[in-house]
Amino acid sequence: MQSFQEVILKLKHYWADRGCILQEPYDIEVGAGTMCPETFLRVLGPKPYRVAYVQPSRRPADGRYGDNPNRLYKHSQLQVILKPSPADVIEQYLGSLEAIGIDLKQHDIKFEEDNWEAPTLGAWGVGWQVMLDGLEITQFTYFQQCGGIDLDLVPAELTYGLERLCAFLQVKDSVYEVEWATGFSYGDVRYMDELQYSVYNFELADIPTLWKLFELHESEATRLLSLYDPKSAQKKRFPLLPTYDQVLKCSNLFNTLDSRGAISVTERVGVIQRVRRLAVGVAQAWVDQQQEASAAQGAQ
Amino acid sequence: MTLPFLLEIGTEEIPDWMIPGALESLHLLFEKTGIPHESVRLDATPRRLVLRAEGLPGRQPDTEERLVGPAKSAPAQAVAGFARKQGVRPEDLIVESTPKGEYYGFIKKVKGRAIKEILAESLPGMILKIYFPKSMYWTGKGGPQFIRPIRWLVALLGDDVVPFELAGVRSGALSAGHRRLGSPEIALTIDDYEQRLRDHYVILSAEERRDRIRGHFDGLHVKADPALLETLVYLTEYPTTISGGFDEQFLELPEEVLVTVMRHHQKYFSVEDASGKLAAKFVAVMNIESDPQGYVRSGNERVLRARFNDARFFWETDQKKKLADRLPDLAHITFQAKLGSYLEKTERVITKAQELGGDAAALRAAELCKCDLTTELVKEFTELQGVVGGLYAQVQGEPEPVWQAIYDHYKPESMEDAIPRNRSGRIVALADKLDTLTGCFGVGLIPTGSRDPFALRRAAQGVVKIIVEGKLEISLEKYLTDGALREFLGDRVRYYFKEIRGFKYDEVNACMAAGWSGLVDLEARLVRVQNLRSSPDFEPLAASFKRIKNILEQAKFTGAGMIDAGLLESGPEQELYEEYKKISGQPIEKVISRLRPKVDLFFDKVLVNAKDERVRQNRLTLLGTLLQEFSTIADFSEIVTTS
Repeated sequence: MQSFQEVILKLKHYWADRGCILQEPYDIEVGAGTMCPETFLRVLGPKPYRVAYVQPSRRPADGRYGDNPNRLYKHSQLQVILKPSPADVIEQYLGSLEAIGIDLKQHDIKFEEDNWEAPTLGAWGVGWQVMLDGLEITQFTYFQQCGGIDLDLVPAELTYGLERLCAFLQVKDSVYEVEWATGFSYGDVRYMDELQYSVYNFELADIPTLWKLFELHESEATRLLSLYDPKSAQKKRFPLLPTYDQVLKCSNLFNTLDSRGAISVTERVGVIQRVRRLAVGVAQAWVDQQQEASAAQGAQ
Repeated sequence: MTLPFLLEIGTEEIPDWMIPGALESLHLLFEKTGIPHESVRLDATPRRLVLRAEGLPGRQPDTEERLVGPAKSAPAQAVAGFARKQGVRPEDLIVESTPKGEYYGFIKKVKGRAIKEILAESLPGMILKIYFPKSMYWTGKGGPQFIRPIRWLVALLGDDVVPFELAGVRSGALSAGHRRLGSPEIALTIDDYEQRLRDHYVILSAEERRDRIRGHFDGLHVKADPALLETLVYLTEYPTTISGGFDEQFLELPEEVLVTVMRHHQKYFSVEDASGKLAAKFVAVMNIESDPQGYVRSGNERVLRARFNDARFFWETDQKKKLADRLPDLAHITFQAKLGSYLEKTERVITKAQELGGDAAALRAAELCKCDLTTELVKEFTELQGVVGGLYAQVQGEPEPVWQAIYDHYKPESMEDAIPRNRSGRIVALADKLDTLTGCFGVGLIPTGSRDPFALRRAAQGVVKIIVEGKLEISLEKYLTDGALREFLGDRVRYYFKEIRGFKYDEVNACMAAGWSGLVDLEARLVRVQNLRSSPDFEPLAASFKRIKNILEQAKFTGAGMIDAGLLESGPEQELYEEYKKISGQPIEKVISRLRPKVDLFFDKVLVNAKDERVRQNRLTLLGTLLQEFSTIADFSEIVTTS
């Protein structure tokens, strides 16, 4: 039986062999691997890129105090970006499943339409949820737009739900029973996260404090964006990556406030718009900054 | 000699529901090329759209083009110039006489082009024009767009490849088999195409895939589900059924929940036992040939178990808070940004239910009907909204009329769907739909073309169906003041009576012209007009009414004044008046046969435009009164008469 970490290692190896940079998880809370700069910013612009990383993805509203065998506050996504997507991308993807020991002549794979959209990121794409014997194991998306910008190259994004996939491989009815490494279950490693964050998100998070934090990060992002000058000769130095961090902070605070039931009807749409405006602002500035950078590189 | 043609567009997995439409579109586009052929056949699997045609000619027929040159009288130089331009000697020209005189001319023989060439030219554009509700870029911004990436192209005319390139893919004679059971490259000819695919685990014919699924239900009583069957037919290239089971203890959960999980989330067929009750079994369809180790069955069973466990967990969690206690939580759920929360909607629905004459049960149901939106079960299975509320209300001891009204209040979901089963349910359903309609129209959310995000057409259709089939004596007058909504509802009323109930369009127009705020009354009048139509007196009388209406309109008759019996001319006019007095107040069915000859005679013998102004006005008054008397049922001038 392959442990959780062995599956991760094999998948990383598989994608490294196919030209992917292996990145470590981003160190700011995100709701999905898509939000990491390695995806959100890298898919923009004309430069090819391939990357794979495991991203702990936090969804405050999905927490269940560690009681539900299939639902998690923080689950692990293996995020693979192939930009541009190769013609045999599906074959490569199926090969990755075979690399972790799934015999696709004996298991049923279906690609069911599932289009993806992230309103807070101004991003959308078309694709499928990949079903393995009736279980959704991967979200497969051809990105079309990100930060409200049409993408020059169309990347394929593969997002593996690692907990589900491993529960499937190890024939476990509960995620918590999955063997993480020899002698350690997923529950041993993660149960406390699930319990404590559920308590915090649903019961103890202080709403006024979270709002205050949201506004602080928002105003910092806004302030920085207002300083970006596309005409500046020094614009390569401009800290867009730290600006984007502020946006990510806002996004996670929004999710936490939402799970706390603190966002009223009238506010909700407005807050999504506020985060989206920042994300779109960063994306546009990033494209501008990159154009300059690649032009400069070309001149050398 | 004619040739067969094969086009296979190889793609990544196309969404199942778009495939039949795409084939239709492909067929139309092929016909539009004008290439002659005897027959066409279209097929598809998730990974290929296929058009096969028989009887294409190798070439277009040769044609002749008549070119007119200079006049016969033109200088020889001009004639020679014309001949040179056509590449012939002057003596090869012909002389044609035209109305304008004699001219030199030339008959140019145009050789028909090879069909292969025409196909090679038109196929790329044709393929990219296939209609899909949504499409994507894959080669990059500004590149071709299609539903999913095109990965291979087979285009054969007879034994020859029709050469073209699209999105970096060159056409050829290589197809692809099933993703794992077949080979990624299959050489083929038109003759062995279908067999070659079959050898590589692709069943090309949807009909055959359908039969393969239906024929393997293992003697189980599978609940018929044509929509799910179609989904599975277009989600697989080599469908094989497997049956599985689940723990009988889950049968304690409501059947609605179990079936929804199986059907919508897992795409399984439900199974019934001999007595028609839901059995602890399911049938799934996989896209491989067999499951000798039982991996697929046990995998699916585990997924289903997890889903059912979730459902049970939600069901139990939801019971901890009664529906009534959830009302304040609705303040956090948006109905529509400009129309506020579901709490505000609930308040409006209660008021409307009251206005519509709802009883205590209806008002209670109106209060609770949206509360299930805050439950875990509905958050997970949104398609069960209403149903879950009804089930919870039942468990929580609400009286039968109340829980049934909640359960049913989204009905009818389509024209085929039944209306809510009790009166309270009908009132709540109406109140909810009318609120959505007036609210959305009020803030300018009016459906245009195919864009109808709030499903207002369905809501309006529901309103009509519920009022008519529920026999509700309700006046819509209040909702018809907004011109746009009036038109929208009017269209739905017209659609319902014409398309669903089969009344003739002129009958519907005639009856609606006499008012349609009361739909039950409208229906009764429609039935009367439909019955009247079989009377031989009906059409002539309708024609006379139309004539009366025209006369009154031309005379700009205002309808004022009483009939002055003293001014009536004896004979047909007097007789018509006497007849009118006798039949006034009686239903038209009883008097039509007596009235018609009098009206006919009147028009035969009497001149309405009398010289004497007073006589003329009196005649117009007589006709106006007569028209009014019988126009309460319908405006008969709308009836299209054959004579």
